[in-house]
Amino acid sequence: MAVGALRFRDLTLGYDRHPAVHHLDGAVAAGALLAVVGPNGAGKSTLLKGIAGTLLPLGGTIDRDGLDPRRIAYLPQVADLDRSFPVTVYDLVAMGLWRRSGLLGSIGRRDREQIEHAIAAVGLTGFEVRTIGSLSGGQLQRVLFARLILQDASIILLDEPFTAIDAKTTADLLAIVHRWHGEKRTIVAVLHDLDVVRSHFSETLLIARKPVAWGRTADVLTAENLFKARRMIEAPDPHAVACEHAA
Amino acid sequence: MVHATFIAPFVEFEFMRRALVGVLALALSAAPVGIFLMLRRMSLTGDAMAHAILPGVAVGYLVAGFSISAMTLGGLVAGLVVAVLAGLVARVTALKEDATLAAFYLLSLALGVILVSVRGSNVDLLHVLFGNVLAIDDSALVLLAGIATVTLTTLALIFRPLVLDTVDAGFLASVSRSGGVAHIVFLGLVVVNLVGAFQALGTLLGVGIMILPAVSARFWSSDINVMLPVALLFAITGALCGLLVSYHADVTTGPAIILCLGAITLVSLLVGRAGGLVWKLVPRRHLEA
Repeated sequence: MAVGALRFRDLTLGYDRHPAVHHLDGAVAAGALLAVVGPNGAGKSTLLKGIAGTLLPLGGTIDRDGLDPRRIAYLPQVADLDRSFPVTVYDLVAMGLWRRSGLLGSIGRRDREQIEHAIAAVGLTGFEVRTIGSLSGGQLQRVLFARLILQDASIILLDEPFTAIDAKTTADLLAIVHRWHGEKRTIVAVLHDLDVVRSHFSETLLIARKPVAWGRTADVLTAENLFKARRMIEAPDPHAVACEHAA
Repeated sequence: MVHATFIAPFVEFEFMRRALVGVLALALSAAPVGIFLMLRRMSLTGDAMAHAILPGVAVGYLVAGFSISAMTLGGLVAGLVVAVLAGLVARVTALKEDATLAAFYLLSLALGVILVSVRGSNVDLLHVLFGNVLAIDDSALVLLAGIATVTLTTLALIFRPLVLDTVDAGFLASVSRSGGVAHIVFLGLVVVNLVGAFQALGTLLGVGIMILPAVSARFWSSDINVMLPVALLFAITGALCGLLVSYHADVTTGPAIILCLGAITLVSLLVGRAGGLVWKLVPRRHLEA
């Protein structure tokens, strides 16, 4: 496997023994631009958490080709952020240097230049001292993309990066995603807008807890596959018995 | 007049000088802890934890009588046990931390009051509940200075994960495993500071010197780097004011300090530049951009 490649072997991820992703097999090639789509509760965000290493599998494995999951760049859903916390744009972006600076490392002149460059790359020069609570949804998403730029990772995970932001911001952020793709980074993005997926993502995984289809976007996003995915029952069954397949 | 009001009490009386040094050390460590308690939406958690140290204090009292060191040690152990248990239960079960703490602190408080009442008088109980800053001795001063040193050093060490765990816990979990450790260490700092505050302000009011300066500072800035020194300034001012009011008006010191801190909070709430009520009521012209 090349750097940035991922392989799932009979992967099951979930909460309290209830699977959110059930028996997933497959591989993501290094440098892939993969969209993960599916209805609410399909396990899309859970899959990203599994890849990022913040959620351990209930069964099966995720092979990251020896890459430490902490070297993967992960964009959580913006709704998970506490926007009332009094932290500035500059400080939040600087957290992207965590791998280098860690708990106590100083931010040197070169680091400061990189932070300023990342903020400029997302079009937020002049916003450095603004607190995140004063930003619009689109501006905050740009801040989080600047943090991803600083992480300089070979695998980038995006959880609903274009939700509730305007067309201009979406286009600007998509341009950054394409630039990363051009740099042969692996990108896995959870998306809801199927038009964006069809226009910008070559490969798609359609998931409804279990994988429904995985391959070229045009082959995956068919009416039949989407109908199959929609039939998924959202709530986990409280009376479910132990999975035979896992035994 | 100025000398008689502000300087003379400290020049003339050793117990006032000790009390001054004690509350300054307490303010130095409690104010930044309070900022994080507030920003992590744990203000009432601090209050609950304050109650949780009571049985430990009571056991110290039962074992060694009215010994500050024994009661401090007991409070420290009880507080840390409750904090770590509550933190762990909240992280590994579906129960939220506020509910876990409420369960633990109610048990602790009930146990503590029974233990004190078994042997002590009502005066002792009042002393434990509301403290006596004017009775601070050398060992208490050393303890308060030690707590301030440990708190500021530890906060510097866990500052980044503590901030990131509050703002964006998902991101922190993806780059580091330090979020859970920082949280538990922070709970430990809360306990240590409550134990320090217990000597001066008692178990019930001790949390006041943490939370009130933090709440006040929130009305003056929206940047944590500014809020921290502002909260510190308010904590020191309130403590000094409380000591002087207590001396001149001959009222109990702990509540006097808390009332002074409360007065600062009230003023901040009214005229603070970052969201004070007056600025909301006064119509001002909007800006260009």
